Amino acid sequence: MSDVITTTVIVATIASGIRLATPFLLASLGEAIGQRSGVLNLGVDGVMLLGAFASYYVVLETESIWLGVMTGILTGLLMGLFYAIITVPLRAEQGVSGIGIYLFGLGMSDLLFQKLVGTPLPIDQFSEWHVPLLSDIPVVGEMFFQHTPMVYIAFLLVPIIAFIINRTTFGLSIRAVGESPESADSLGVSVPKVRFATIMAGNALAGLAGAALAIELGIFQQNLTNAMGFIAIALVYFGAWRAPGVMAGSLVFGMVGAIVLQAKTLGLIPRSASDIAAMAPAVITILALIIVANRFRQPAALTKPYVRGD
Amino acid sequence: MNSVSASIQSDRQPMLEMRGITKRFPGVIANDNVSFDVLPGEVHTLLGENGAGKSTLMKILYGLYQPDEGDVLINGEKVSLQSPSDAIDHRIGMIHQHFMLVSSLTVAENVALGLSSTRGPITDLKQVAKKIKSLSDRYGLHVDPDAYIWQLAVGERQRVEIIKALYRDVQLLVLDEPTAVLTPQEVDDFFVILREMTSDGRGLIFISHKMNEVMELSDRISVLRLGRLVGTTTPQETTREALAQMMVGREVDNTREERPATIGRTALSINRLSVGGDRGVDALIDFSLDVQQGEIVGLAGVSGNGQRELAEAISGLRPIKSGSISLFHDGNPKPIGGLGPKAVREAGLSFVPEERMRDGAIGEFSVADNMVLHNHHSTRFSRGGFLNFGEIHRHSQKLVDDFQVKTPSIDTPAKNLSGGNIQKMIIARELDSDPEVLIAAQPTRGVDIGAAEYIHARLVAARNAGTAILVISEDLDEVMLLADRIAVICQGRMMGVVDRIDASREQLGLMMAGVTD
Repeated sequence: MSDVITTTVIVATIASGIRLATPFLLASLGEAIGQRSGVLNLGVDGVMLLGAFASYYVVLETESIWLGVMTGILTGLLMGLFYAIITVPLRAEQGVSGIGIYLFGLGMSDLLFQKLVGTPLPIDQFSEWHVPLLSDIPVVGEMFFQHTPMVYIAFLLVPIIAFIINRTTFGLSIRAVGESPESADSLGVSVPKVRFATIMAGNALAGLAGAALAIELGIFQQNLTNAMGFIAIALVYFGAWRAPGVMAGSLVFGMVGAIVLQAKTLGLIPRSASDIAAMAPAVITILALIIVANRFRQPAALTKPYVRGD
Repeated sequence: MNSVSASIQSDRQPMLEMRGITKRFPGVIANDNVSFDVLPGEVHTLLGENGAGKSTLMKILYGLYQPDEGDVLINGEKVSLQSPSDAIDHRIGMIHQHFMLVSSLTVAENVALGLSSTRGPITDLKQVAKKIKSLSDRYGLHVDPDAYIWQLAVGERQRVEIIKALYRDVQLLVLDEPTAVLTPQEVDDFFVILREMTSDGRGLIFISHKMNEVMELSDRISVLRLGRLVGTTTPQETTREALAQMMVGREVDNTREERPATIGRTALSINRLSVGGDRGVDALIDFSLDVQQGEIVGLAGVSGNGQRELAEAISGLRPIKSGSISLFHDGNPKPIGGLGPKAVREAGLSFVPEERMRDGAIGEFSVADNMVLHNHHSTRFSRGGFLNFGEIHRHSQKLVDDFQVKTPSIDTPAKNLSGGNIQKMIIARELDSDPEVLIAAQPTRGVDIGAAEYIHARLVAARNAGTAILVISEDLDEVMLLADRIAVICQGRMMGVVDRIDASREQLGLMMAGVTD
């Protein structure tokens, strides 16, 4: 075994794990922001799919990757606006609305793909950007600093979002609205404004996650995400609604995926067992969730619409 | 009329005037042409039963509701209060009965919430903490700015609410039943703080139904009944009895009936009971108490000291850690701890829960269905799994008549009844089986005076018929009125039992605060 698992293999696996974790991280950070303000969005996967298609299509037509990324974000913002309208002022039940958003995204992304593209054509992919100096460090450089820009963006968002949530007046309002909207309202904090902002920001990140995935793979197909958005929701619980926790969960998930891929490539897993091995990330996530579950309390107002004066 | 004459008596300009406020909800007029004003530096009490319109009037003042008619004037100028932030801008503050605090945040974070920061978008909690310290020094409010709300006792939480108001330099503060959660001694301290605030020229609106507090604190008292202003008076011009009469619209009978000389055998025995709490800390520790046939034992204590967990443990809703709970049949103990609610009921215990709409009744269900919630599976009300609607209706109608439950019909959903009538419905159901033991948790909380009187009378009648009754109440007046013996709980421990005849408010207050001699 030890002659198969060399330093090169380990470094490649870790780097691949970080890369695989990126779309999960973007989507679950977005979901965490929404949930901190008390809004559950089960439609992440649908928003990711639409974001993925929109960015894929724009890159295909314009050959501009960054225009594609912007389109993914814009798609997320629009979906977020829609979701915010139905769940905040119209107070629709969040669980069912989210499933509706998912089904809409799943169907609409495929429909648009069939109508506008038809046969899958490859698009330009991100190219790696080596961080000056840091990427030259042996081993560490290769693991952490030779990635595509989307990886750096996702991981830089972790401290940024943690700072916003924990250190800014707006973050304080988000936390208050998610725990006790009536208290926030009584102090003049607009619950609808805060929730609109978090829902739209969260969906923008889901759209970005979709764009990251499509441009990373350089392709789009029906149900490209394969339920990644749902896993991202699970990772929010795993990460106890905190950005660093969500990052840890995404990394665990990415690493397990990378290890399974690597083991298959190296022929360590017999062909007959490869389908079972493909389930490993999901199984390990569920086990991790069970271990983490109930250690932390979810935002008290999660899924509860707020009605003033009740 | 009243408010006009009241303001003419003074040459000071009112800081607040509410003129001719009318607010209608479907089917009810919550406020009917109500006028009310507050002068700088005065405590103006708003007195009235549940549903009299006090909360509606205050919600209009705080921008939570818009009036259908009438004007609100602040310092003589007409204002429009569309939301709490408008009210805050006019330096109006409100301390709600259920505190508006975010328990997962610190004191400083709760105070800073909704305010702009000296550091722009970034919070300045150190500055906030400093200002909290100086405010608490000045007004004698002792609170640690870095403590999380969930770590604080109820009295401390209330001080946080006061600090929130002072921090915003509130000029007019509404206090909605602020003393409900305090011991008598804490109330004294609290009143000192309030007087400190009025001496700065701030105006206070005090909402309460505790007559002795109202008489002690108020400069003026306005009484609301059924949405209308009955009158405005001062403590010098009125008496507690006259105020009660204004509130209810008739004379109130507050005489108590002594228990019969004969007390029976022990019916309920709680022995060294320990029960876990929701936050990991044990809610009851080594708690012992006996209740005899034909007596009412009142359990007094400040809210959140283990009363809810005790009621749940006795009624089978909460597992016990150690110790025992026993009912007695012909002198033989039957342990019921941890048996579950059905077995406990079958052993002869009835239970009136504290959260009546959560644990005592199903709002969507009809009155008739609610009347048989506990025994619809009995052979009397069902055969082979099919409900016997005829019998259920006959039975429910009889209970509704017997217990004077005011409802359009027994098919009306319970949630459409007033709080007092829902409680009468639950009491009817629970007393109907002639239980050996009745646990009544907060039996008259949020219930109008008329219904409370009636419920008290039924409890006394059940006691006289031999039922052993444990009344768990945070209302010390109720305990002193109803109980033959008074037990006091503090932080999950039994502080002692005294005969009502020997009990004084001061002694009970000290026990409620955990002071033992």
